[in-house]
Amino acid sequence: MSSLVYFSSVSENTHRFVEKLGLEELGMSVHRIPLRPADGFLRVDEPYVLVAPTYGGGNEGGAVPRQVRKFLNDEHNRSLIRGVIAAGNTNFGAAYCITGDIIAAKCDVPYLYAFELLGTAQDVARVRNGLGRFWQQQRLSLSA
Amino acid sequence: MSPTGKLKLIDRVTAINWNRLEDEKDLEVWDRLVGNFWLPEKVPVSNDIQSWNTLSEHEKTMTSRVFTGLTLLDTIQGTVGAVSLIPDALTPHEEAVYTNIAFMESVHAKSYSSIFSTLLSTPEIDAAFEWSENNENLQKKAEIVLDYYRGDDPLKRKVASTMLESFLFYSGFYAPMYWSSRAKLTNTADLIRLIIRDEAVHGYYIGYKYQKGLAKLTQPEQEDLKAYTFDLLFELYENEVEYTDSLYGELGLTEDVKKFLRYNGNKALMNLGYEALFPKEDTDVNPAILAALSPNADENHDFFSGSGSSYVIGKAVETEDDDWDF
Repeated sequence: MSSLVYFSSVSENTHRFVEKLGLEELGMSVHRIPLRPADGFLRVDEPYVLVAPTYGGGNEGGAVPRQVRKFLNDEHNRSLIRGVIAAGNTNFGAAYCITGDIIAAKCDVPYLYAFELLGTAQDVARVRNGLGRFWQQQRLSLSA
Repeated sequence: MSPTGKLKLIDRVTAINWNRLEDEKDLEVWDRLVGNFWLPEKVPVSNDIQSWNTLSEHEKTMTSRVFTGLTLLDTIQGTVGAVSLIPDALTPHEEAVYTNIAFMESVHAKSYSSIFSTLLSTPEIDAAFEWSENNENLQKKAEIVLDYYRGDDPLKRKVASTMLESFLFYSGFYAPMYWSSRAKLTNTADLIRLIIRDEAVHGYYIGYKYQKGLAKLTQPEQEDLKAYTFDLLFELYENEVEYTDSLYGELGLTEDVKKFLRYNGNKALMNLGYEALFPKEDTDVNPAILAALSPNADENHDFFSGSGSSYVIGKAVETEDDDWDF
C-alpha cells in the first residue's frame, strides 16, 4: 500500500527519473498526473510520495506546476501525501527545487530529496533505496 | 553552409498566431523568459569598486580576462548562435523564442561592458580584450562552436548551442561565484546570477527542441548524433581544461574549477536528454561555490541518508499563486 505520484511536462525530465527508479519491481504503484486539464483528473486511493519539478525559472510564483496544484487542491488526494521529492536546477539560485519547500510546508510532510534535471545515477540509487526504507518505517509506525 | 558562406535565412514567413500552439513548451518558455527579463542598470555594480580595490593584481587580471571570455561567448550566441537556430525552428513560436534568446545574449554581453567600465581603467580593459584575442583556447572554443553554427546540420547546431549555454560559460562563471563566496564583488555576482538563470532556460529549451528533432530520426541516426554529442563534449572539455589553467593556474584554482566544469558538463548532457557522464567523485563542486550559486543546494534535502528520526519540513514560502485551495 504505497505509491508514487509524479508530474512531468512534455520535456519528460521527471518522467525519465521516475522510470529509472523501477519502483514497480519494489511493489510500488506509480501514477502520473495528467499533462493538461483536458486529459482528465488523477484521484489516488493509497498513500504516496509526490515527485514534482520546479517551474517559474527563478520566480517563486508558478514554481509548483499548475496541474500539481490542482491535484493537491483535492482534499482526498492531499490527505494521502506522505512526502515530497523535487526536481530543479541550481542555476535558479534561491529558487532551486523550491517546489519541494512549498509543498512540504503547505501539506506538512517531509521534504525527502532534491535532484537536478534527469537526476544522476547516484540520485536514482538514493531515492530508490530511500523510498523502500521510508515506506517500511511508515508501516512500522502505523502498526506500533 | 550556403555557397556564399552566409547564414541561411528563413524561406517563408507565416503570421504568428499565439492562440494556436503546436508545442505548448514554446509559450511556457516565452513566458518564463519574459518574466525573467532584466537589464544591467538595475544591479548597482558600482558598489563593488571598493571591494575590487582589495584584489591583488593577479586576481584582478584573472577576473577581467574571465569577463572578456564571457563577453565573446555571449556575443557569438547573440549575433550568430541563437539566430542560426531560427531557420530550423519547427514552429513560428519557436522562432520567436530564439529572437528573445538572441536579444538577452546581447544584454548579457553588454552587462560585462558595464562591469568593465565600472571597475577597470580603459588601458586595463584593452589589455584584457587583447589577451582574449590572443588566447588560443578561447579562440578555439569560439571556432568550434561557430563551425557548427555555419554548418548544415540543424540538430548538431542545437547540440553545439546547448553546450555553449550549459557548459562553455562555466569556466567563466566560476570566478564571480568564487568572489561571492568570499564576500567580494557581491553585486557583480548578483548580475552574473541573473545571466546564469537565463542560460539555464536557454539550455533547457534548445536541448528540448533537440530531443524533439532527434525523436523523428531512425535508430542509427540517433546513435550517430549521440556519439557526436559525446565526442564534442570531450573535445570542448579538453580545451576548457587548458583554458581554465590559463586563467586560474596562477591562483591555484584549476582543480576546483575543473570540478565545476564537469558538474556543468553533466547538466549540458541532461539538457540534451542524455545521462550524466562524469561520476559523482569528479563533480563534487566546492560547497562554497555551490552555495554561492544556490543557497538551497545543500544536503538538507536528503532525508534518506539521515537517520530518519528527524526531517526538514519545507521552510514557509510566500507563494504568489492564488489558486491554492488550502
